[in-house]
Amino acid sequence: MNLVAENLSYKPDEQFHLNEVSFNFEKGNIYTILGRTLSGKTTLLKTIAGLLTPDTGTMQFEEKDFLKVPVWERNIAMVYQQFINYPHLNVFENVAFPLKQRKVNDRVITDEVTKSLKSVGLEGYENRKIQELSGGQQQRVSLARSLVKNAKILLLDEPLVNLDYKLREQLREEFKNIFSQGLSEDSIVVFSTTDPREAMEINGEVIVLDQGKVLQVGSAKEIFENPKTLKVAEISNDPPMNILKASIETNKIRFEEIEFELPNHLSNLKEKNFNLGIRASDISLSDSGFEFEVELSEISGSETLLHLKRGNSRIIISIEEVLNFNIHDKVKINFNSNKVYAFNENGVLASSPFGGSYV
Amino acid sequence: MGKLYKFLKYFFITFWAVFVVAPFLWALTTSFKDFNSVNGGATYIPWVDFEPKLEGWRVLIKSPANGGVDIIEPYFNSLFVTCTASLISIVLGTLSAYALSRFTFKAGFVKNNDITFFFISQRIMPPIVLSIPFFLFLGAINLLDSLIGLIIVYIVLLMPIAVWIMVDFFNKVPREIDETALIDGCNPYQAFFKVVLPNSIPGLIVAGMFCIIFGWIDFFFAFILTFTEVQLLPVKIVALNSSITPWWSLSASALVSVAPLIIVAFIVERYLSKGNLSGAIK
Repeated sequence: MNLVAENLSYKPDEQFHLNEVSFNFEKGNIYTILGRTLSGKTTLLKTIAGLLTPDTGTMQFEEKDFLKVPVWERNIAMVYQQFINYPHLNVFENVAFPLKQRKVNDRVITDEVTKSLKSVGLEGYENRKIQELSGGQQQRVSLARSLVKNAKILLLDEPLVNLDYKLREQLREEFKNIFSQGLSEDSIVVFSTTDPREAMEINGEVIVLDQGKVLQVGSAKEIFENPKTLKVAEISNDPPMNILKASIETNKIRFEEIEFELPNHLSNLKEKNFNLGIRASDISLSDSGFEFEVELSEISGSETLLHLKRGNSRIIISIEEVLNFNIHDKVKINFNSNKVYAFNENGVLASSPFGGSYV
Repeated sequence: MGKLYKFLKYFFITFWAVFVVAPFLWALTTSFKDFNSVNGGATYIPWVDFEPKLEGWRVLIKSPANGGVDIIEPYFNSLFVTCTASLISIVLGTLSAYALSRFTFKAGFVKNNDITFFFISQRIMPPIVLSIPFFLFLGAINLLDSLIGLIIVYIVLLMPIAVWIMVDFFNKVPREIDETALIDGCNPYQAFFKVVLPNSIPGLIVAGMFCIIFGWIDFFFAFILTFTEVQLLPVKIVALNSSITPWWSLSASALVSVAPLIIVAFIVERYLSKGNLSGAIK
């Protein structure tokens, strides 16, 4: 009954768009595909939708060879990152289109469309033309159109990315509501995003994808606490996790002439040299800290991101208040050594503050 | 500055309007003149400058036996050939253009762009190059001097225009719209007819307009591929010319022959001013 894929590969040119991707999606669950742009998220969703045929691999759904089922018989719904609607139809007709295609009777269509438009907050817009709506409203129309079908598989391809900040927050809330109540027990939701915070908020099973390859699968919490590799740590943190070349010398961690006490969870490391991972939020300004030079200071919302440099090492730290710095200012910072990660020289997690290790 | 700009603007608009309208006015007045009024120097105002006569118009509908030229049959021949050829060209051209825009074709080194270029290249050759092959070809299948033969030739001439315009148009319609239609339960044919085509009406109108214009004004092939059985309007109009140039009936026939294009232009212009031709798809 699950959607099961094995070893899906797709390589239309020099690069793999999908590289041996396998997954097992269970009904009633939400799956988040987290990856940077061009990591293969859209390719994966299009493959599930049937718009692309992978070169190799199998996909099963409800005891059928899903790759042999044409798109129009798959009973799926998809929302694109661009706002895709039918420009020649008004809002009502747009949402009604998939139902009309199924030859549902008119009374039912009217009821379902009204219900669906209500759930995305677009009641009263039935007779508007698509071109008269704002981007956020257009995206909600396409969301309503995909919800009205009660599809077995709902694919959302970065649905929030092209919206402005406020709308994104608002729609994200709506998504959460829709996911928590409106979703039927036997449907699968696949949500793709580049934003780690979005992945954490949606709080489903997360699949970390990079260059067409699945790097890690796990709950949002697990990926956050124990990223399997350096790459996962980079992708699943915003700003990306700071990575520093460090070494262990007589119970001290050492890099760029900075030394601090070896925390307990790193005491079992076997190798001398390793990659030290520290989240931007686990570094703080402190008068007794180590001196770094400011390379760039940006204010994002209510926090300040500082890009710092010392010797050959560059780090980003985030401070929970709005502060002004000039370039080349000297600041002193301290590391929360209980929150540092160690990755071995091949980039595999050796020790995390939460006890995980893949070595 | 503002005043000068306004003055220049209206000056040029007026100048251009006169430039465009003057030939029509000239043809209209001339069509009501007879031999004496034409040769009596430039005159424009009926009843004052000259006595209007209907002779120029009568010649067009009188049978040759009564000294007329009878353009009624060629007129309807031209309408029939142009409309049929345009319609077939638009249908075939739109389907080919959709295929060329959405699917990948490959036969050796020949790819989509090469096929598109092949269509357009039909219009690059001077018509005279095509005339002999066409003549021999129609002769071989016994369609010289026939409406069907002309329609075939015009399809060859008009379809590239339709393909060219529609490929460009379909390329601007996002692929995701077709994909969404497929996801919403349409098979590829339904996706084309229910979603892509309704959003391509502006393109169809432009392509149709070009086909009709190019079909209607063609003289060359109508002249070479027909003799006595079938005649098209442009050929007939040229045939009016004899030892004495009959300016009055030439003018009248010119006006009648431009009429359909003016009607088409007005219909399209209404579409244009409604803003429906551009911005259909964001």
